[in-house]
Amino acid sequence: MRVALFVTCLVDQLFPAVGEATVSVLRRLGVDVQFPEGQTCCGQVAFNDGFWPEAARLAQKFIKDFDDSDAVVAPSGSCVAMVREFYPVLLRDESALADRVRALGRRTYELSEFLVDVLHREDVGAHFPHRVTYHASCHGLRGLHVTTQPLRLLAAVRGLELRPLPGVEECCGFGGMFSVKFAALSGSMLDAKIGAIESTGAEVVTATDSSCLMHIAGGLSRRNSPVRAMHLAEILAAQ
Amino acid sequence: MRQDRIDFVHNSERALADPTLHSSVRRAMVRFRELQRPVIGEIEEWQALREYAHRVKLHTLSHLDQYLEQLERQIVAAGGQVHWVRDGAQAGRVIADLARSRDDRTVVKSKSMTSEEIELNQVLEAAGCEVVETDLGEYLLQLAGDRPAHIIAPAVHKSKDAIAKLLAEKLGVPVYDDAERLTRVARDALRRKFLAAGVGITGVNFAVAETGTIVVVENEGNARLTTSLPRVHIALMGIEKVIPRLADLGVFLTLLPRAATGQRMSSYVSLLTGPRRAGERDGPEEFHLVIMDNGRTAIQADPVMRESLACIRCGACLDVCPVFERTVGHAYGSVYSGPIGAVITPLYQGLDVAGELPFASSLCGACGEICPVKIDLPRLLLELRARVVQAGGASWAERLFVRGWVATMARSGRLRLVAPIVRLLHRAVARTGIPLPYPFSRWTQFRELPPPARSSFRERWPFAAVGRRR
Ligand code: SF4
Repeated sequence: MRVALFVTCLVDQLFPAVGEATVSVLRRLGVDVQFPEGQTCCGQVAFNDGFWPEAARLAQKFIKDFDDSDAVVAPSGSCVAMVREFYPVLLRDESALADRVRALGRRTYELSEFLVDVLHREDVGAHFPHRVTYHASCHGLRGLHVTTQPLRLLAAVRGLELRPLPGVEECCGFGGMFSVKFAALSGSMLDAKIGAIESTGAEVVTATDSSCLMHIAGGLSRRNSPVRAMHLAEILAAQ
Repeated sequence: MRQDRIDFVHNSERALADPTLHSSVRRAMVRFRELQRPVIGEIEEWQALREYAHRVKLHTLSHLDQYLEQLERQIVAAGGQVHWVRDGAQAGRVIADLARSRDDRTVVKSKSMTSEEIELNQVLEAAGCEVVETDLGEYLLQLAGDRPAHIIAPAVHKSKDAIAKLLAEKLGVPVYDDAERLTRVARDALRRKFLAAGVGITGVNFAVAETGTIVVVENEGNARLTTSLPRVHIALMGIEKVIPRLADLGVFLTLLPRAATGQRMSSYVSLLTGPRRAGERDGPEEFHLVIMDNGRTAIQADPVMRESLACIRCGACLDVCPVFERTVGHAYGSVYSGPIGAVITPLYQGLDVAGELPFASSLCGACGEICPVKIDLPRLLLELRARVVQAGGASWAERLFVRGWVATMARSGRLRLVAPIVRLLHRAVARTGIPLPYPFSRWTQFRELPPPARSSFRERWPFAAVGRRR
């Protein structure tokens, strides 16, 4: 099976190890991973902040970059939600594109969704002997209905002890520009999330989105917390 | 009506500065969520009912004239009177004239967000009437001179201690500390008002066009007294409250209490069709329905925003909102707060006044998921953001940031050029702690920046990943 990796701008520039881990998990399962090199950003930052014409430019570019791929996999629920759920909204006046947009949305997957729902694999051969808690990123959860897939993958990791996170479905407070425009509100939401994470006694907090994890990690290090934030792909890549 | 810009950043920071406010409101909101979950979960066809209710509402909204006229005919046939009003001022005048023409100028009111919207109490008081709110929460707010903080739990921001002190001060009773005692004090005071009142005013949850029936849903019995004891009953509704058929009421009455209070059924559901008829023992001698526009037809004419008029004011989107729980209603600068308030307040008051509200959301989606009439609240917030930016509402720093971002991302070649420079700066910042420009300066108030990467993924590809780990 061939898939095109959409690594996402954030992972590309700030968390390349998450991209590498994604590739290594997919290759381990026999997937032929391509990286369309023209790719950049899905446009979510601009779209969520109200800059729709600008976002549409990036959306059109994304469609071109991934037009001839069989399946697109991204280590980010929010970027996939952008493509699947919001490209049709953003590009609603481009009727010539409508079919391509919908088709692209249907074949673009968040990593855990792809592993469990498409490849039907839960055990990816990972070994990670640590206490881990899982935060359900909002866009994956409510936008894509990624609910049990990450938990099933984690349950199959050897040595891993999963600690349930109280308020697992509550937002960490990131929300893109929300985190800077309403910094105090976002910070208060982050406080609650970090309190919940620390209450589990986990060594590692994981999620399907690097943006939430960047936010959570930034809060953890501000508090000198020993808990580490790791993307789900990094745990699944560990052997 | 308010004309000042609503400064949500400021308002939310003030709310956050109150150490007890968030914890007590959160407790109430979590309680609501815990009550909602099982009674929603037990309805297997919940999603189908939401979808159905959504369609009924949208159908009605695209045939409003037809259904409102049918409603009027049925109400007149049942012996009631209908008053059409354009805005809050006209509604106030009509209702004040009706109330003033009685010898008995005490007016009892049951909870109605529409009357809060037009500040009806002030209008009636200015016209010389004594107005008494009879919903317990609303009564407390009226005594305190406060405004509702939540669509269905108006006094959610008031602690029990504050309520005890308020009642002691205003009614001359001792400072009680048990809730039951406090409720009894309020109830005794209210009963006397009910018996004295000549006019009762209610809102309307649903108005059935087919039969001319208005439906009032409540839990305290005060609306039932308001509609049966005084000689005159005046009901105030926005034009969006009409539904076509009585048969559809069952769907709405399944959705509303479960989403609102986590009840299977509200304690009192009154279906009222006109005034008392010959041979009937209770009910008012006169029934008046005031049908108000107040900005709604403009929303109805906006195909994207129209669905916001489907709202049945259950308050569930507030209950699940992490922003609402931290700011509480007053921060939204309007009687409608939380996610639905962030959508409709800019529509009613203008983007220049309330344009900040749609941005005050992390877009976590909890509101859209719970809404019993399936209003896509996160998308409506996004649509409004686009309108604000299009109208020039973004700051220059923000425009610079987003446009710079998009220009860089528009070509991968540009990204390859710009990224190493940004990385260099990022490393310098990480080492020296030089002050950061917007938006990063706001980020570091509450969290650390992520550490700089040595190289980007695209620079490592295609050699990356095989067997390599951090
Ligand atoms: S928008 Fe939906 S959830 Fe919010 S108050 Fe209205 S009906 Fe209830």
